[in-house]
Amino acid sequence: MEIIEHYLYTKEHEWVSIEDGIATVGIAEYAQDLLGDITFIELPSEGDEVEQFEQVASIESVKAASDIFSPISGTVVEVNSDLDDKPELINKSCYEKGWIAKSKISDEDELSNLMTADEYKNFLDELEK
Amino acid sequence: MNNEQLQKTPLYNSHLALKAKMVSFGGWDMPVQYEGILAEYDQTRTSVAIFDISHMGEFIIEGDAIDSGLDRLVTMDIVSMPIQSCRYGAMLNNQGGVLDDLIVFRLEEKKWFLVVNAATTVKDGEHLQKHLTSQAKFIDVSAQTGKIDVQGPRSRDVLNGLVEGISRLDYFTFDFFDLLGENVLISRTGYTGELGYEIYYSWDKIETVWDELLKNDLVKPAGLGARDLLRLEVGYSLYGHELSEQRTPLETGLNRFVNFDKDFIGKEVLAQQQTEGVPYKIIGLTSESRRAPRLEQLIYNEAGEHIGEITSGGFSPYLQKGIGLGLVKASVTQKGDQIFFGNDKAKNLAEVTEKIFYKNGSLKN
Repeated sequence: MEIIEHYLYTKEHEWVSIEDGIATVGIAEYAQDLLGDITFIELPSEGDEVEQFEQVASIESVKAASDIFSPISGTVVEVNSDLDDKPELINKSCYEKGWIAKSKISDEDELSNLMTADEYKNFLDELEK
Repeated sequence: MNNEQLQKTPLYNSHLALKAKMVSFGGWDMPVQYEGILAEYDQTRTSVAIFDISHMGEFIIEGDAIDSGLDRLVTMDIVSMPIQSCRYGAMLNNQGGVLDDLIVFRLEEKKWFLVVNAATTVKDGEHLQKHLTSQAKFIDVSAQTGKIDVQGPRSRDVLNGLVEGISRLDYFTFDFFDLLGENVLISRTGYTGELGYEIYYSWDKIETVWDELLKNDLVKPAGLGARDLLRLEVGYSLYGHELSEQRTPLETGLNRFVNFDKDFIGKEVLAQQQTEGVPYKIIGLTSESRRAPRLEQLIYNEAGEHIGEITSGGFSPYLQKGIGLGLVKASVTQKGDQIFFGNDKAKNLAEVTEKIFYKNGSLKN
């Protein structure tokens, strides 16, 4: 299961990468694999205010519909509109081309609520048991 | 039901070797996908996919169509069936509800082969034995009979290399053929909307057929996930979804598989519905977006009033939109109407359409 070293992770299998106060959010390999072929995503709008661990997007696959939760609080500044027509980018490239939204972080302290790559790896190992 | 109690098909180890994701279905541990549902869907629509359908039930009944009681047990006319033909229909309870949908094969003048759903095999066997007369002989061959569906526009080409004479089969007919040392029943039937065949083979030896088919580069395995999507695109009913003991075949759109010129169990209720109209009906619906209807979501009319619920739904790769089937109050909708699916909090726009979404299949090629 691929995990990117310098990203942070949630228990719901979202990832976040931080650069200059902007958080890029997507779903991790584990979630992508569990969902199977992704067929639809409802993206947030630019300017939306999101709260940490509250819903930011909803996603559908050939198997199920589920919600995606924001790993941080902030304001959405950009969304990956390529996903409107090609949601399968999340299956093909969940950590790069399949990113979902970028938000301006409102509270850096919240990052301590997230898992590092090592912590997330241990978390996945526990799930597999 | 926990995993220890799930039944395994003779191809269970083959599925594990192919790294299939396994799920519980109708009491069986079955492959839902191998490579991925959409890839397996494409494989079936463009080349050939093979499906392990060994979980389904099979019965042999010996006896005259009428004197055995079999004709009274099913909604379709079987008396007029030519030998080596198949016919689809339903078995009903006294209230006209669908106990199961099934295919009847006429093996000989007085010998029949019935193929029923996996989850209902025991119930069906009991119902048949209860209503067959003393002039019928009933044999449950489910435990000895494995089944592989070979489906896709190239399926005839694939089987031509293995089965001499397969080209002579027309749609919904069958015959016995030599295949890898056994003389077996192969029918030109399926559940995908494509040209396809169903091979009935000895439970113990069916793995040799599976392995042989996979040697052909045109062939890949497909699981129940793709199978469900393929059948939904052609609007075929699934027992437990569109069909149930609570609904008659007239309410669930199986009208053309009911013959009112004969007697059958449940006929009184159906005859009454035919006169007075049905309270419910199954509709097709197409979402305005890629968002797909989901099982048990509610259906609303344009005014937002609750009129029914989704019985099957999914993303149609053919239309690149969400599609579904739903049970609604019969009087309130017609083709072309705008409706909504979802729940009281979130409703998604859709249009009432025909129940067939994919019409360009190779089914009758």
